[in-house]
Amino acid sequence: MSPGTTRAWSWLHKWSSLVSTVFLLVLCLTGLPLVFHHQIGAWLGTEVVAPPMPADAPRATLEQVVAAANARFSSKTVMYVSQEPGDDAIWYVTMGETARSTTGLKQVAVDARTGRALAEPKIDGGVMGAVHAIHVELFAGLAGKLFLGFMGLLMLVAIVSGTVLYAPFMRKLRFGEVRRERSTRVKWLDRHNLLGIVTVTWALVVGATGMINTWADLVIEHWRNDQAAQLRSHDRGPASLAQPGSLDRAFANARAREPRMKIAFIAFPGTAWGSAHHYGVFMRGRTRLTERLVQPVLVDAVTGEVSSSPEPPWYMTTLLLSQPLHFGDYGGLPMQWLWAILDVITIVVMGSGLYLWLSKKGPDRPAVPAEAKAAVA
Amino acid sequence: MKASPLWSLWAWPVVIAILAGAGLVGGLAGDGRWDWMTWVGLGVPCVASVWFGLRGRRRRARARRPRA
Repeated sequence: MSPGTTRAWSWLHKWSSLVSTVFLLVLCLTGLPLVFHHQIGAWLGTEVVAPPMPADAPRATLEQVVAAANARFSSKTVMYVSQEPGDDAIWYVTMGETARSTTGLKQVAVDARTGRALAEPKIDGGVMGAVHAIHVELFAGLAGKLFLGFMGLLMLVAIVSGTVLYAPFMRKLRFGEVRRERSTRVKWLDRHNLLGIVTVTWALVVGATGMINTWADLVIEHWRNDQAAQLRSHDRGPASLAQPGSLDRAFANARAREPRMKIAFIAFPGTAWGSAHHYGVFMRGRTRLTERLVQPVLVDAVTGEVSSSPEPPWYMTTLLLSQPLHFGDYGGLPMQWLWAILDVITIVVMGSGLYLWLSKKGPDRPAVPAEAKAAVA
Repeated sequence: MKASPLWSLWAWPVVIAILAGAGLVGGLAGDGRWDWMTWVGLGVPCVASVWFGLRGRRRRARARRPRA
């Protein structure tokens, strides 16, 4: 690599890193507890746990589940009924002032076997809710998300340019060599190069999928509008639905349409995910790969018959598949720990990079090239 | 025989990058042995970071190069 090319890559590496470092540090620090959010939730008591019962225990009907939630918040409208992947013992009933409410939502966790209300989990509340809000949007809504997405892009530029620079900096060193006998700066330069290069795949994948996730709101809204338009074409009669038919029948018919899938959530008529006349029943796959992919089944709320089940478009599939690769939640507790360790290593890479930049300045601090020459001599 | 400079520079980084990539994708495929693929694939970068980062690798014994 010619000196000019190296200088150009160095410039790119320096500025892409400097601009984004503070924000990426915030992302790494807030991401660390989020890796363990299930465990922390259980420890704080915010995670609802259903009492153990035999797997073949009889199950409550959805009408019973909804009635149990209605008993807690009689003035609210039921919007969604959902289940977490891997736990079919609990139904979460989400309710709002109206079917279109976006704030002041309440949730009731109902035992799927007994039909009894277990708890009222706070939606996005508490310490972990705040940590999540910082990580995702810096408390700044969509603008915060898109801004962090741009920081993610700079991170990718920094990773690629850093990888290119690995060659000129490591030419005379063995892999893993850290010149500890030399100045603190040289020692940290070697560590920065080592830690950066061994974590490059992970950092690229987590950075890229994180960036994709910042567009989630826009992508989901686009899909939802697209879907709602299709649904409206099926709707007939007056715009409001006085008396929906049986929820359990609608659910049973949706399950019959996708017998190999599990339920993710049911959107009630009038919500953003349903239509005036339809339940939106969203199914998910059973494997690690497919459990994040949702397949909508649209069910006529009056007759309980399936109207259609359109394939989700490619951009939704991309978004939903990029999520596990960002969260690192598909390989059990060992994977969570590895995610945490790699997160900490990334913090060290950024911290050492910042130190290398700071220590280069100042009159009495020698820069690397002079030192390197002296060492070779 | 002396290894080419390109090979000695990039062999380990490339091997580790491929292992990590296989680990990330493998875990999505399923449970059981696929999980092990993830743990090994992502464990190697972690172990290499801690091991070499803390201890550092010794300098290769070799003739000093003349001043460039």
